[in-house]
Amino acid sequence: MSSDSSILSLLIWLPILGGLLTLAVGDRRGPFGRITALLFSIITLLISLSLFAEFDRTTHLMQFVELVPWIEPFNINYHLGVDGISMPFIVLTSFMTVIVVIAGWEVIQDRNAQYMAAFLIMTGLMNGVFAALDAILFYIFWEAMLIPMFIIIGVWGGPNRVYATIKFFLYTFLGSVFMLISLLWLYSESNTFSILAYHDLKIGMSAQMLIFFAFLLAFAVKVPMWPVHTWLPDAHVEAPTGGSVVLAAIMLKMGAYGFLRFTLPIVPDASSELDTFMITLSLIAVVYIGFVALVQQDMKKLIAYSSISHMGFVTLGFFIPFLIFKQSGSMEGAAIGIEGALAQMISHGFISGAMFLSVGVLYDRLHSRQIGDYGGVANTMPAFAAFMLFFSMANAGLPGTSGFVGEFMVILGAFRANFWIAFLAATTLIIGAAYTLWMYKRVVYGKVANDGVAGLSDMNHREFLMMTILAVAVLGMGLYPAPIIDVMHASVDHLLQQITISKL
Amino acid sequence: MKFDVAELTAVAPELTLLTLACLVLLVDLFVKEESRIITGLLTLGSLLITAAVVAAGMGGESQLLFSESVIRDPMGDVLKIAILLITTMVFLYSGDYQKDRGLYRGEYFVLGLFGVLGMMILIAAHSFLTLYLGLELMSLSMYAMVALQRDEARASEAAMKYFVLGALASGMLLYGISMLYGATGTLNISEVAHFIQGQKENADLNLVLVFGLVFVVSGIAFKLGAVPFHMWVPDVYQGAPTSVTTYIASVPKIAAFALVMRLLVDGLNGMVADWQPMLMILALLSMALGNLIAIAQTNLKRMLAYSGISHIGFLLLGVLSATEAGYESAMFYAITYALTSAGGFGMILLMSRKGFEAEELSDYKGLAKRHPWYALMMLILLFSMAGVPPTVGFYAKLAVLQQVISVGMVWLAIAAVAFSVIGAFYYLRVIKMIYFDPEEEGSQPLQQFDLNPVGITLSLNAIVVLLLGIFPAQLMLICQSAIG
Repeated sequence: MSSDSSILSLLIWLPILGGLLTLAVGDRRGPFGRITALLFSIITLLISLSLFAEFDRTTHLMQFVELVPWIEPFNINYHLGVDGISMPFIVLTSFMTVIVVIAGWEVIQDRNAQYMAAFLIMTGLMNGVFAALDAILFYIFWEAMLIPMFIIIGVWGGPNRVYATIKFFLYTFLGSVFMLISLLWLYSESNTFSILAYHDLKIGMSAQMLIFFAFLLAFAVKVPMWPVHTWLPDAHVEAPTGGSVVLAAIMLKMGAYGFLRFTLPIVPDASSELDTFMITLSLIAVVYIGFVALVQQDMKKLIAYSSISHMGFVTLGFFIPFLIFKQSGSMEGAAIGIEGALAQMISHGFISGAMFLSVGVLYDRLHSRQIGDYGGVANTMPAFAAFMLFFSMANAGLPGTSGFVGEFMVILGAFRANFWIAFLAATTLIIGAAYTLWMYKRVVYGKVANDGVAGLSDMNHREFLMMTILAVAVLGMGLYPAPIIDVMHASVDHLLQQITISKL
Repeated sequence: MKFDVAELTAVAPELTLLTLACLVLLVDLFVKEESRIITGLLTLGSLLITAAVVAAGMGGESQLLFSESVIRDPMGDVLKIAILLITTMVFLYSGDYQKDRGLYRGEYFVLGLFGVLGMMILIAAHSFLTLYLGLELMSLSMYAMVALQRDEARASEAAMKYFVLGALASGMLLYGISMLYGATGTLNISEVAHFIQGQKENADLNLVLVFGLVFVVSGIAFKLGAVPFHMWVPDVYQGAPTSVTTYIASVPKIAAFALVMRLLVDGLNGMVADWQPMLMILALLSMALGNLIAIAQTNLKRMLAYSGISHIGFLLLGVLSATEAGYESAMFYAITYALTSAGGFGMILLMSRKGFEAEELSDYKGLAKRHPWYALMMLILLFSMAGVPPTVGFYAKLAVLQQVISVGMVWLAIAAVAFSVIGAFYYLRVIKMIYFDPEEEGSQPLQQFDLNPVGITLSLNAIVVLLLGIFPAQLMLICQSAIG
């Protein structure tokens, strides 16, 4: 394997370069800082779309591979590549960055250029996480990404931002150092940091168990799974709108991606052994956190809990195949679980992003996130109400929107494994609809609640633009998900093969 | 004792520095107060010239000189260059600070140079006697440097404490050495190693050796500032003028690493099984106590002192894995830590001004608004100390952890990372003050910056920390070839 294309490097370093340029332009030259940021984010999106177009759907092998020795004394390589599992997320990341830049355009008054720069730099690092095939390179992107996010929440966040951002950083840092230990142990066993080589490494059961839990700590915090989810509502509530969007749309996906890239293929036997444990945790997230979302008074908190609940679906989908395999002895039909989970991840990226932006639109006007402070918004902001209704429906999993695709596939997979698992998972269709639509009803419908709401003005062109883009994405994926599922198919099948082969 | 003139070329760096230090001392007698800058420039020149001399003599096999009492080897050369360069940086940092406090005097430079000379002798030691001489030259210079601000009660107290405890530690080390001498009958390090190798079965002799080893390790631990021999560190760091603290907190750690290498690895390698558990306890305690107590500090100098203690714990992890790669990782750690630590204190020097020491954490509140550039530099340094990529501190920790795991001590690695997460908290708190907090009402406005040498040095320092974090391979290769 040699480097035949440097498109992935471009996707990592171009936004970072753009971020540095934006920083250099600064705020003193009026809007030029953010124009630079917008320009770079759009170019990055276009490049990522060409990645999507050129991607070969028929193979599970890594594509666009780049392999350059980087730190030879440590055997660390600059090794990039994508398959059907990681490629969609690079596109999603690049896409959301454009939205975030537009969303922050006039809203962020204080140090606007630095805000934009932080997001662009973070985009490059997040693309790096999804593209890295060297364990240490992955870890570096994974950790470095925390720094801009730490600053974004801490500088531009809400009143309790310092607590939230330090909690966010330490939680994630704690999880990931244990992953680092596992990676170093794997290195001492195999003398390489190549993630793909780890996929074929034989590991004993007790070591697999320990590695599983170390990885679990890193990824479960990031997903976040119950019971290590408590940082997320805090971080979401305090983060500026753009921070919430990136956090929900992309950062949460990294934990889930970690399961697919590390946990399942590296320690399949431990994963198979602990499948009921993981499914239980996932179901608790889906059902219990759904109920927690129901009682929230703060819109952002509600959406944050709804994210945790939806991410429960994702982890559920990852571990369903093990159960199916144990029962039927084959992976026939198991792919739907993982593919459904992946579809859910992408769809959740769009929908949660859109939901946070909707809250952001309201927050920019009235500076409150409390449901109780609103009521009757539909009277003064009809266009906004229509968009928010659409996204709320999508969040509740309405057929025809992208939210339905993933949930439906995962539930279908769950039925093959066990009726009761499927039953519990399906309750989310009710609970999800309950908390989302109830919130929508209280905020948007009814009489105009107070003078604040009465004085609201409807969305401006900028807001209209970003909402439309997201609505198109949600609807498009809901009506015709095939192109995205197709991309994943070969890689998911390969993954399923990998996890059926015991490594003992 | 035979004397060969050719041997002098191998110790040319030490001789050069000695000559130049004497020259600085003499010149300083004749320069006037207002042109003292000449002394400063001469000092910087001396350090750079000496570094060049070391570099010129590098390469080739290691040589034993002067009846095998001195050694010149690749490891020594690399360590010497690192010390000389980082000391240059320290002197660049301290200029303005010293001037503002009336400390910009010849003694400061001369003592600093003699301290460096001591370190170089220590590094070049191949006999317990040479080693002790180097160590004392270094220590005595540093005691005097701490006491430089003699009309300041806090500094005098720190100097007294440092001197008394330091002398005690030297005594312990010396006592341990005397035990080793009694058991082996030689002061020559490789002969000691050889002797121990041949006497593995002799239980009586072993008892004496282990007895001596305990004292040697205690002495080393004191010089490193490892728990439970760390009591002097916070007080001295805080009490000494910050410029001197910058010196004490950086390069002597490299020298102390050399001390460990010469004594434990070169000399007492046969007793690994005995000193490994001792270092393990020192390392664990240092990481635990250093990180935990640092959280409670409100004074930046004290916080950095405790942070330094925890870093020493990490450094010891590399040594106690007792493999060649482990020593390399410890060496990498020592050098990069000295670099980062100098930067951390350099920040205090930059922010301080006449009559105002920017050493309270609260002095840094809202720095990002006033000086975004220096705030960014501080951010890099702090994240490096916390071990977050992409800074060099991450690789230092990575290298050490990798060695600890490769010798099968996974639990130790887990303890180490757990404490480093605790450690991350107090670094984050400083970053929080710099970036998130508004400036306090009535707080001392910090120095106005124009383009000054301190600021440039700091920027360079932080950028090097970042660059080494992105491309650590070269330095790692240097450490490998130095030890391998």
